[in-house]
Amino acid sequence: MKKLESTLKNMMLSLTCITIVAAAALAGVNMLTEATINAQKEQQQQAAISAVLPEHARIADAEQVGEQTIYRAYDANEQFVGAAVQTVTNGFGGKIKLMVGFDADNRIVNYAILEQQETPGLGTHIVEWFKNEAKPGQNILGRQATGQMTVSKDGGDVDAITAATISSRAFLSAVNAAYAALNGGDAMTGASQQQFATPEQVETVSSDAEQQVTNDFVSQD
Amino acid sequence: MAQLMTSAAPHVHSGDSVQKNMLLVIVALVPAFAVSLIAFGWSALITTCISIASCVLAEWCISKFMLKQQPSLCDLSAVLTGLLLAFNLPSNLPWWMVVLGAVFAIGIGKMVFGGIGQNVFNPALVGRVFLLISFPAAMTTWPVAKGFATRYVDAETAATPLSYMKHAVLEHKQFELDSFVDSFLSCVPDKIMGGSLGEISALALLIGGIFLICTRVISWHIPVSILGTIAVFTGILSACGIGSGPLTHLLTGGVMLGAIFMATDYVTSPMTAWGKIIFGIGIGIIVVVIRTWGAYPEGMSFAILIMNGCVPLLNRLTPKRFGVAGGK
Amino acid sequence: MNNSTKTLLNGIFKENPTFALVLGMCPTLATTTSAINGMSMGLATLFVLVCSNVVISLLKNLIPDKVRIPAFIVVIATFVTIVEMLMKAYLPAIYDVLGLFIPLIVVNCIVLGRAEAFAAKNSVGLSALDGIGMGLGFTLSLTVIGIIRELLGTGTCFGLNVYPDNYGMLLFVLAPGAFIVLGLLMGLFQKYVKK
Repeated sequence: MKKLESTLKNMMLSLTCITIVAAAALAGVNMLTEATINAQKEQQQQAAISAVLPEHARIADAEQVGEQTIYRAYDANEQFVGAAVQTVTNGFGGKIKLMVGFDADNRIVNYAILEQQETPGLGTHIVEWFKNEAKPGQNILGRQATGQMTVSKDGGDVDAITAATISSRAFLSAVNAAYAALNGGDAMTGASQQQFATPEQVETVSSDAEQQVTNDFVSQD
Repeated sequence: MAQLMTSAAPHVHSGDSVQKNMLLVIVALVPAFAVSLIAFGWSALITTCISIASCVLAEWCISKFMLKQQPSLCDLSAVLTGLLLAFNLPSNLPWWMVVLGAVFAIGIGKMVFGGIGQNVFNPALVGRVFLLISFPAAMTTWPVAKGFATRYVDAETAATPLSYMKHAVLEHKQFELDSFVDSFLSCVPDKIMGGSLGEISALALLIGGIFLICTRVISWHIPVSILGTIAVFTGILSACGIGSGPLTHLLTGGVMLGAIFMATDYVTSPMTAWGKIIFGIGIGIIVVVIRTWGAYPEGMSFAILIMNGCVPLLNRLTPKRFGVAGGK
Repeated sequence: MNNSTKTLLNGIFKENPTFALVLGMCPTLATTTSAINGMSMGLATLFVLVCSNVVISLLKNLIPDKVRIPAFIVVIATFVTIVEMLMKAYLPAIYDVLGLFIPLIVVNCIVLGRAEAFAAKNSVGLSALDGIGMGLGFTLSLTVIGIIRELLGTGTCFGLNVYPDNYGMLLFVLAPGAFIVLGLLMGLFQKYVKK
């Protein structure tokens, strides 16, 4: 077959045909994969939440408290068993995004770092450092969350990562903020449902992060 | 080589003068080494010996077996690289890390470019930065200086003035040394702050520097322009409330060691006076920027390496014209 | 050696895209932090290369010269997007790591380069072989770089522990390590393989 001449008609025809076929091919593949992709995404999010929670049967819809997102979990009898809190903080190299799980008694079940840009080999150890069960000084799993956790250098009882105190501080402040968000929320769902938190509650709430208890949140309840 | 560019002095004429200059630099490092012995005891000696031995061995093996050349060990340059590398390491670094650093310094920092005189970057600093990035925890954990009583079995570590400075910047505070005199002299074991092996005493390094300038091994341009730039820049910043004052910056970390011994390396610094001054100013600015806003508490080695990369450009931009006053 | 074997081996040795042609440096440097990542990137590129080479060779007479580049790019982009969707759906873990670099295969010089230099002038069969050869060359190079970086950086090889990871030199999994390993391998390749 002879090669087509570069006339206007030929050029338009050939490009139009190619783009139509390409678009059709992409639409086809998209139809085939869309459901799987969405299922994957959902599953990833669920996996991250479930990994930090105690045994549960159902996870409630997300609640937004300031910068924190809370996922409450209930067992088969609709009993509250714990909550996963997604929180964000400023680390040494940028934002650290993590998911912290608490049980019904506010003990820390597990945590997972979702995003971080800490110094490789130093700050990046936050991913596993605080869940080392062989070293109780640095392990925070199973501890009672108080909202006041600090590294030993600052008078607390959690050993910081070697040579990465700033990342460690950032991590603990995020855990504290998660606890505060969760319990600030609890105070709201309790007796004083229609009011804002009392000053004492605010004090326990705002250890580090700036809490914004918005009207939105009250009406949501 | 496609084009040979004849440039200004110093020209290195023969193997003898390389050897002599290297020897004088090594002599100039003796006071600083003595202080590190007082501060860190035997481990300083051991780290230094391992570093020198591995550098020399690496150079010999690579010349002999890979380049198939006559190994050129008598010019002492590998010894000096080993010595400077050791000066940039914490004295308690595991021996195998020292060896890796030395092999990397010689192999990647020097020999891949074709050996002495060809390298773009200061080999000792290439080795140090390699170790810093590869083993950040070990490279930023310094032992408490206790002289010959220094023990490394316990996990006792010293914070350096630089890490205090970094934390202060992050918390919007300013940190100043308690006593400039202590830091300057820094030879009383209890008063020594943590740091790399050879950088703890500014005084000892200055003595070495003056010796080198007097014996004309190095010219004053690079050290003076680096130290001057750091002083002016940190002066302005601290007046604006950011970071520490000039004296704190000058007397801590690798500034003195870098300005006097690392940046002045013949091969990797510009040849003309103006080139040297611009080179020094560049290093000064980069150090302060890294120390104040960067991810690492210290930026001296990064600053020198970055400016090393600019040297060919500086040599082109500032050719020394014949017949101009100051030239010969 | 007959023509087709020659075409196939050409991409692996004489005109190896990474070490001899020095094309596609962006994914080469960025995705080779481990052997498996390097290999996945290489295989994704191989798939796109073969498909685009075949299609472009089939269409070569239907595409007028003046609009050949936009036409080629549309074909290549279509296959890249298909790879991206398939990876997202069935290999999400690898997609998370390679992420941004998958769409960037569109602008990988090797793919357009082979379309322009080979597929637009040769038969379908030879073009497919050229795509396979070039793709394999690219995959092999990336896998080798990945193996070396992973081994030196973290002490593992395809995820299997070779030595304790606290001996790993982190530099090699970071950006400077990519440049150093690529440079040294390129030197060795030029000396021993390419001749």
